Amino acid sequence: MAETINEVKFSDAGMAEIQRYISHYPEGRQKSAILPIMHVAQAEFGGWLSPQVMDKIAEILNIQPIEVYEVATFYTMFNLKPVGKHVLEVCRTGPCCLRGADQMIDMIKEKLNIEEGETTADGMFTLKPVECLASCGTGPMLQVREKFYENIDTEEKLDQFLETMRNTEVETPYHQK
Amino acid sequence: MGIKILTEHIDVPGIETLEVYRKHGGYRSVEKALKTMTPDEVVEEVKTSGLRGRGGAGFPTGMKWSFLAKPEGIPRYLVCNADESEPGTFKDRYFMQKTPHSLIEGMITSSYALGANTSYIYIRGELMFVLRILEKAIAEAYAAGLLGKNILGSGYDLDLHVAPGGGAYICGEETALLESLEGKRGNPRNKPPFPAVKGLFASPTVVNNVESIASVPWIVNNGGAEYAKIGIGRSTGTKLFSCSGNINKPGVYEIELGVPVEEFIYSDEYCGGIWKGKQLKAVVPGGSSVPILPANLITKTAAGEQRLMTYESLSDGGFVSGSMLGSGAFIVFDEDQCIVRNTWNYARFYHHESCGQCSPCREGTGWMEKVLHRIEHGHGHQQDIDLLVSVAKQIEGNTICPLGDAAAWPVASAIRHFREEFEWHIKHPKEATLPGAVYRGQLATIEA
Repeated sequence: MAETINEVKFSDAGMAEIQRYISHYPEGRQKSAILPIMHVAQAEFGGWLSPQVMDKIAEILNIQPIEVYEVATFYTMFNLKPVGKHVLEVCRTGPCCLRGADQMIDMIKEKLNIEEGETTADGMFTLKPVECLASCGTGPMLQVREKFYENIDTEEKLDQFLETMRNTEVETPYHQK
Repeated sequence: MGIKILTEHIDVPGIETLEVYRKHGGYRSVEKALKTMTPDEVVEEVKTSGLRGRGGAGFPTGMKWSFLAKPEGIPRYLVCNADESEPGTFKDRYFMQKTPHSLIEGMITSSYALGANTSYIYIRGELMFVLRILEKAIAEAYAAGLLGKNILGSGYDLDLHVAPGGGAYICGEETALLESLEGKRGNPRNKPPFPAVKGLFASPTVVNNVESIASVPWIVNNGGAEYAKIGIGRSTGTKLFSCSGNINKPGVYEIELGVPVEEFIYSDEYCGGIWKGKQLKAVVPGGSSVPILPANLITKTAAGEQRLMTYESLSDGGFVSGSMLGSGAFIVFDEDQCIVRNTWNYARFYHHESCGQCSPCREGTGWMEKVLHRIEHGHGHQQDIDLLVSVAKQIEGNTICPLGDAAAWPVASAIRHFREEFEWHIKHPKEATLPGAVYRGQLATIEA
């Protein structure tokens, strides 16, 4: 018998959310709910999907673990290694760059002393440049979990944003309903 | 000020609630269609309207609907493509966020027309906050008997669900979207079979953009013939444009198709002119995939005629001197923008987003990114420009889905119209890599 390492347990609200998504699909098509479930899992387990968490998702959906891994590795929103408390998903695509996104990304690197993909020593921030977030009219912008922070076009606004984030606690949105 | 079909009430406080939405005439099309029209009559009205797919391809929506196979005993599906990921495009996000019931109304009326009893809105995963707005509005619609069993006593049943993606541009391609909706990697499918025959869960499926579906209620309420009177020629109706880049008033504007491009850029009603008193350098009029046009070719065609905001006028001149309306993402560049850097940025985007199924796209997008990166960073070779043209040609038309074309066009068009700028980067690597360096025609000016 394999030993149980790091038992993965969703909260009741998380599990209810998962069951709700599964109910949206026809009988036998429960695998369709895999992306929303991965979003729930990432929100519940520290912003990333560990192999144990992905195995748990496979168990819930009654599919092979490889079916979860192959999906998780395709979609860029899912982090496959540990991340900081706040993942700064900064848009790096053309339209935002026309309004100063490159400079903003450079400033973040300098202020936090990290490169792209890295996490600050205190575990507060991970810098993750991403492609277009459908907010081109309000760039430069970035996303943290479910929120957009737009028009971050000066150093003052960036400083203010980082300060706000330092004092922001992580919440799972479906718990607020 | 033209007619507003989609955004007339978008700024009314509380329009995201069922109560306020109904007060402003919301859900009238559901009553009318379900109680007084047959599904085929709704399809006919949409055909008559001349409405063309607003996601980018511009294919007539009514015709797409009429291709839907209707075998006995097999469910049919309507799937709304709310994956909006084309760089420059943010109209659907804005629209759904502000007036979610408009999309839900369109989904009910359209699902009825197609005979679908379960429909999905597939929304890009980054927009979970919009998903929650939609779900709240859907719950209101269920409670009011506008969704669920026997809608408004008509005998028609419909369940509507929202499904999030996970961060993948390719899932905006309709067959990749269906794969994703089935819980798989977003690899586009070979066609045929087309989704109209074998789509979601191997059943006949129609996939339509948010804006296309949201245009249906007006068409049902007022008739397809009335809709066809709006706009010019085969560009009927109104269209949402997402305006970004170096303009004074970025944002989403609904216009009657046919507004002159020059007016659209400079009028205070729309983009409000180029910011900081700068000069216009170039425009990408329909999202990052469509060809870029220099200032002299965006306001006028090569023949010197005034260019209009229509499908036909924006593509006048083909790929030699024209572009495309695409998704309506209007990206404006001022004189300080470097075309090489911008082209490299888009090449990186397409390389990042290629699903990897087809070799020409998987390998070609990587090559283009690499070559553009070295030109931009001062290590370009003289033969690199022709190499880029050659790679772009070998991708175009050689892939399962249009991502390959979408990756090739921006590179090919940038070189076509701004070749000198690429040459300057290669010949003057030191000057070109100084911060803020921009090629300004024959005389290069360097600004630190």
